[in-house]
Amino acid sequence: MVFDLKAATALAERMMRTPQVVALGFEFLGLEPSVAKVKAPYRADLVGDPATGVIAGGVVTTLLDHTCGLAIKAADSAYAASATLDLRIDYMRPAQPRRDILARAHCYKLTHTIAFLRAVAYEVDPDDPVATAQGVFVLSGAPPAGGSA
Amino acid sequence: MSEGAAGRLQAVLDAIPYVRFLGMGAELAGDEMTAILPFKPSLVGNPMVPALHGGAVGAFMEMTALAQLSIVEPARRQPKTIDVTIEYLRPAREVTTYARADVRKLGRRIANVHVEAWQEARASPVAFLRGHFLLSLPLQAD
Repeated sequence: MVFDLKAATALAERMMRTPQVVALGFEFLGLEPSVAKVKAPYRADLVGDPATGVIAGGVVTTLLDHTCGLAIKAADSAYAASATLDLRIDYMRPAQPRRDILARAHCYKLTHTIAFLRAVAYEVDPDDPVATAQGVFVLSGAPPAGGSA
Repeated sequence: MSEGAAGRLQAVLDAIPYVRFLGMGAELAGDEMTAILPFKPSLVGNPMVPALHGGAVGAFMEMTALAQLSIVEPARRQPKTIDVTIEYLRPAREVTTYARADVRKLGRRIANVHVEAWQEARASPVAFLRGHFLLSLPLQAD
């Protein structure tokens, strides 16, 4: 595992400029080793249930998926790209209306080809989550020389 | 009758701001719905491939499941998503994406729904979604 904060942050900031993420208004909150944080500001045009004003589950899905992608960069910035293989999301409770949602993703295992991640979405306290996610991503591009299998 | 169902479906979709954000639509043939996500540049998640954002594809399939449930159970409030598992088979390219939902079990409180998304060929799906949805109690008659 190689964590180069400067290189990983540059890659993460580039990933924050992808069109769908810009359209959703997501904000990059930073990296730690194997961890990424992103904020989804509340917006009325992203509401999924007009009866309650709660943000659409799909926004949380994209937030968790994208934050997982950034966490892979924070685990090892040598891979050129990652693609989601599967993502499982459990919704503990509805997000609170008119509150920003934060996501924290942790890449807890990286092989030559596969990254394993857990992520959580919450307003204030990660221990009181809106949703949790478990993801598996496939890596492509040059794996680090001399890395283990 | 099917005119009424199509109108109700359109009303459900029109009322959801996020559906408009995605630019999602739907067509109804009898009780079979095909959800449609026309390509637009703001859906792109990886400009290098290029491919739609996996989250947008997942979101589209979750909305497809909710729309199908609104057809099956029109007299209820929108169900709450309990969990979804999304499997990605290939990148979704810069073309229109379609999805169909199959309500595998409709219980008293819980529905199990499978969704398949494809682009040019239904035999080459881009992604699957399986989810459980919590059904609300039936609405009171007016």
